[in-house]
Amino acid sequence: MLLKIPLAWLQLARQKIRFIVALAGIAFVVILMFMQLGFQDALYESATQVHQKLKGDLFIISSQYKSLTSQQSFPRSRLYQVLGFEGVESVSPLYVQFSKFKNPQNGEKNPIYVLGIDPAFPAFDIPEVTQNLDVLKFPNRVLFDQASRPEFGPVVENFHHNEPVSVEIFPYNGTVGYQVNVGGLFTLGPSFGVDGNLIVNYATILRIFQDRTPEKIDIGLVTLQPGTDVKRMQAALTEILPNDVKVFTRRDYINFEKDYWSVRTPIGFVFSLMVFMGFVVGVVVVYQILYSNISNHLMEYATLKAMGFKNKYLLDVVFQQALLLAVLGYIPGLIISYGLYDVASNATQLPVIMSPNKLLAVLISATLMCFTSGFFSIGKLRSADPADIF
Amino acid sequence: MNEKTIVHIKNLNHYFGGKSLRSQVLSDINLEIKAGEVIIMTGPSGSGKSTLLTLIGGLRSVQEGSLKVLGWELYGASDEKLVQVRRHIGFIFQSHNLLEFLTARQNVQMALELHNEPDRIAKVKAEEMLHAVKLGNRINYYPSDLSGGQKQRVAIARALVSQPKLVLADEPTAALDSKSGRDVVDLMQQLAKEQGCAILMVTHDNRILDVADRTIYMEDGRLFKEVVL
Repeated sequence: MLLKIPLAWLQLARQKIRFIVALAGIAFVVILMFMQLGFQDALYESATQVHQKLKGDLFIISSQYKSLTSQQSFPRSRLYQVLGFEGVESVSPLYVQFSKFKNPQNGEKNPIYVLGIDPAFPAFDIPEVTQNLDVLKFPNRVLFDQASRPEFGPVVENFHHNEPVSVEIFPYNGTVGYQVNVGGLFTLGPSFGVDGNLIVNYATILRIFQDRTPEKIDIGLVTLQPGTDVKRMQAALTEILPNDVKVFTRRDYINFEKDYWSVRTPIGFVFSLMVFMGFVVGVVVVYQILYSNISNHLMEYATLKAMGFKNKYLLDVVFQQALLLAVLGYIPGLIISYGLYDVASNATQLPVIMSPNKLLAVLISATLMCFTSGFFSIGKLRSADPADIF
Repeated sequence: MNEKTIVHIKNLNHYFGGKSLRSQVLSDINLEIKAGEVIIMTGPSGSGKSTLLTLIGGLRSVQEGSLKVLGWELYGASDEKLVQVRRHIGFIFQSHNLLEFLTARQNVQMALELHNEPDRIAKVKAEEMLHAVKLGNRINYYPSDLSGGQKQRVAIARALVSQPKLVLADEPTAALDSKSGRDVVDLMQQLAKEQGCAILMVTHDNRILDVADRTIYMEDGRLFKEVVL
């Protein structure tokens, strides 16, 4: 049947105030979903940016490893075992350690994540690290993450003013600090577990943390010769190495970290729950609109049925209204979310970014939400019985 | 049943309620309505008039007896069939039942949505019909801006615009003052005559009985007498 009279639209548009309130409600839910998804993605994105930037094809970690922020060492000899393998080009250790960084301005000590690399091998696929590799060959020189949270003080400003930036680093439970100079900057950014990052020569880590030995490393970076099958090599290394270590491809490693945050920490659950709650609120808002539209016009709908309109025609009207509400509520929601993403990423330094996936995910959930309400409200429509109006 | 017969009812019975509570609301109804006839049905409330209207209108399933409307047998007809039959009948109700978010013209045009008229033609027809019910100057008004009599006239335009062969009206003047009630009924009669359309009207309004070709009286589910005026 051709729709010459757009009943769905005319009915919504006739009650302007109610229509606008409904759209505001849906826009609000859309914003809620965008923010939750934005932060959720920022959580995973920021938690895995080290993994994404690490050089290498395979990564060896302790089998006790749970996440980057709960580091767990394993014997360095495992790495040398790997070096003997055909197809392995090079290996390099990574030492990681939380420490405390004393704010040079107010003396407050904040936890900072220290990544100790071998200066012979630029462990990170970050141009600033590669360029500053020589800096790390000096003792007591470190690279500071300029995207770190502001709690660490005016390190970046001082560095840009060519002032020598001397800072103190403390072992996590120690009171005696270790003096280092910031010799360069790089960009990695904080995550939900880390406020800031330092890249140092691993010798520096061993000096700050007296209880650490070079034989215990945290992450082993394995670079394969070009053309080597990564999956097959992973299987072979897993086979040959003892059970105290795991061999991951980059994808495995990233997923492992994501799983930790989504399954092991409450935060992943909280985000999923909030998205679901937003959905439920949206269903209720839209249901109110659709239901009252139907129940206020029950006589008229029954009249249409008497005139020979089928139930399907009226169902179509309800679902068209659902779709109209979804799409028209989505647009202002999206525009406001863009603005809020900017505010959120500036405030948290986290990568809260709009992406095509999110655009689509929220559009689909908004539509689903409105259709769900449609399904709940059509029960009332069936009660419009034309035999009752005589 | 000849060509001129629009409605042909034979030995029609109807019951409400199930098993022990079952009560008969229509008993042995026999009625014939010819093309262009205006029939008024009166009788006390609860006598089964509305039930008979809903049966003829295809709004209820026939339980016993034969009921033919426009040549279709409604006894044992599928829901799909009933919907088809309804599209050839004009309905006018006690209250106007107009969609308040549509203008007068759009309300009338709704009846043409079912008949696959091209939009342009449907629009013209709807407007002509509104002129015919003397609302040519209210075409783009919403029902809330019309008086009770005007709204009922829009409802009449809606019922007649697709030129049905049968109009069923249930107390169309009940909500109107005597002057507008008279206007509405005169209009119905005049248009029905022009279109050759039969009207079966239920009413308690004694002032309008004169428009009928025939008056029938129902009591306790029986068609008691037939009065030829």
